[in-house]
Amino acid sequence: MATVSIREARKSFGTFEVLHGVSVEIEDAEFVVLVGPSGCGKSTLLRMLAGLENITAGEIAIGGRVVNNVAPKDRDIAMVFQNYALYPHMTVRDNMGFSMKLAGAPREIMEAEVQKAAAILGLGELLHRYPRQLSGGQRQRVAMGRAIVRHPQVFLFDEPLSNLDAKLRVQMRSEIKELHQRLQVTTVYVTHDQIEAMTMADKIVVMNHGNIEQAGPPLELYDRPANLFVAGFIGSPAMNLIKGAPGQGGFMTEGGALLPLPASANGSAGIYGIRPEHMRLAPGDGIPATVQLVEPTGSETQVTVRIGDTPLACAFRERVAARPGDEIRIMPDTGLVHLFDAGTGQRVN
Amino acid sequence: MSDAASLTTAPVPQASNAATAQPETMSWDSRSRRMVVLWLPLACFVIILLFPFYWMAITAFKPNAELYDYKTYNPFLIGSPTLAHIRLLLFETSYPRWLTTTMTVAVASTFLSLFASTLAAYAIQRLRFRGSQYVGLAIYLAYLVPPSILFIPLATMVFQLGLFDTPFALILTYPTFLIPFCTWLLIGYFKSIPYELEECALIDGATRVQILTKITLPLAVPGLISAGIFSFTLSWNEFIYALAFIQSSEKKTVPVAILTELVTGDVYQWGALMAGSLLGSLPVAIFYSFFVDYYVSSLTGAVKE
Repeated sequence: MATVSIREARKSFGTFEVLHGVSVEIEDAEFVVLVGPSGCGKSTLLRMLAGLENITAGEIAIGGRVVNNVAPKDRDIAMVFQNYALYPHMTVRDNMGFSMKLAGAPREIMEAEVQKAAAILGLGELLHRYPRQLSGGQRQRVAMGRAIVRHPQVFLFDEPLSNLDAKLRVQMRSEIKELHQRLQVTTVYVTHDQIEAMTMADKIVVMNHGNIEQAGPPLELYDRPANLFVAGFIGSPAMNLIKGAPGQGGFMTEGGALLPLPASANGSAGIYGIRPEHMRLAPGDGIPATVQLVEPTGSETQVTVRIGDTPLACAFRERVAARPGDEIRIMPDTGLVHLFDAGTGQRVN
Repeated sequence: MSDAASLTTAPVPQASNAATAQPETMSWDSRSRRMVVLWLPLACFVIILLFPFYWMAITAFKPNAELYDYKTYNPFLIGSPTLAHIRLLLFETSYPRWLTTTMTVAVASTFLSLFASTLAAYAIQRLRFRGSQYVGLAIYLAYLVPPSILFIPLATMVFQLGLFDTPFALILTYPTFLIPFCTWLLIGYFKSIPYELEECALIDGATRVQILTKITLPLAVPGLISAGIFSFTLSWNEFIYALAFIQSSEKKTVPVAILTELVTGDVYQWGALMAGSLLGSLPVAIFYSFFVDYYVSSLTGAVKE
């Protein structure tokens, strides 16, 4: 159990800087997810935390101790790798006990710890098997077991679910979350999947191009994205981001549609953001829109419409009987509209 | 009823005939095709590869009378087998001594080369120190220099170190051509071992040496075996250094000794020569046959998880 502080951390490979001064404060027992597109520097940051990459500038502290020059094994962390990194020539038992064996722990204590971790993860039957005899999900569990056995202060996960199929991924997602709730160990988790981030995190750190775009609780990021990048990245289906300018008592899109503005709007907004699920059907006073595509998912209906020349994705709780080419009337929930500056991309309402 | 039954059943035997006839012709086709594309070429290979062994074997057991008179006796068969050549080889020459020398030299230089090239390959592939690429290239270039050029300067060094006419002259010079090849083979093999395994071990608390001995080497066993086979075979068969650096007849290695000791003047003692070659090549062949799977897999495949 420990806090983690990353202060103005920078990383360069040669002359190329991949992290431009990143600061994150992680509370004790917090589950923090670093999320962002490929190449945003999230894995590099995690590897710096693990001690696998050195820190070009800035400071990283674990449990109040600056670890810039501390070897990985002395940082009291455990890491789960994307490809699990199980030792192929060792059984599950030896894989899980390897760190304790290196530390010179007595055989009985080692066996007890391995058994305990195996019981938590349901691996009891598999201890004598080799990694090649396990399924993807089982390998994933062994990798976690190996981390649990060490009783680290911090768990690090580097895209641990990306090699699993969709169904298993959902299952392992909840297992990891349950494990965290049970063990209450500070966890840093890297993923490029915003749904993983939303469902698992206590705090999400959205990264892009080696910078932090926004950090905060999942719903805060969803409700009040600080900029265009976060607005587009968090939420599925993605938020509609429509260019235009305030005028004529609303927001005039480039495509020539007039959308209602929230009361908090000011004059500088250049981009109008509305999530598909915040559009509603308004048969009477709604804005007329032409249906382009109807995609029922059962729980909701995703409809792509056009207002003038502006395409707009909507998701309705109701079942929509409309067919492509029909006209329906819709209305954005003005209280949930996000306005951004077109130049800086920052939120303005 | 019976009419109807016969009507319906009548075509059945025909159909089943047709059904069985077709696969039969197909299987005959595929069998003859296998014969042409697989067994025939394979038989050619086997005959060509095994013929030297056969020739060595029959020559070794043939009495001299049969050996030198191929008009009266069929050269491919033995009339009255004899152990005379083997006795000459084993009891009237220092052949057992040559064999142990060759074995000692081959084993020692193989282990020396494996040890050095494991460390070199690991350092070049994993530690990525400044200039590691150039070191790798330089080692490779060293491999390209032919021994027939190198043996002259090496002879000077061997002489000055006082190693001339000792097994150490060979044990220490064979690695000059073994290490470069083994290093390159192992670099390729280490490359196929996922780097995350080592990073994981680093977090688990292993030191570099522990990573090498507990993670990398156990996974590189097929690579080590094939490097070992290669080194052993080359050391066993090496000729030019063994000819140049060893003078006393009893200290020679098998390939050199049978040629220099069993050819007296212009008399070739073919029977003993062939017996010596056969006994000399058997250890390599046996050694090879045990590990051939590893050898193939390390040259063609990679580490499987």
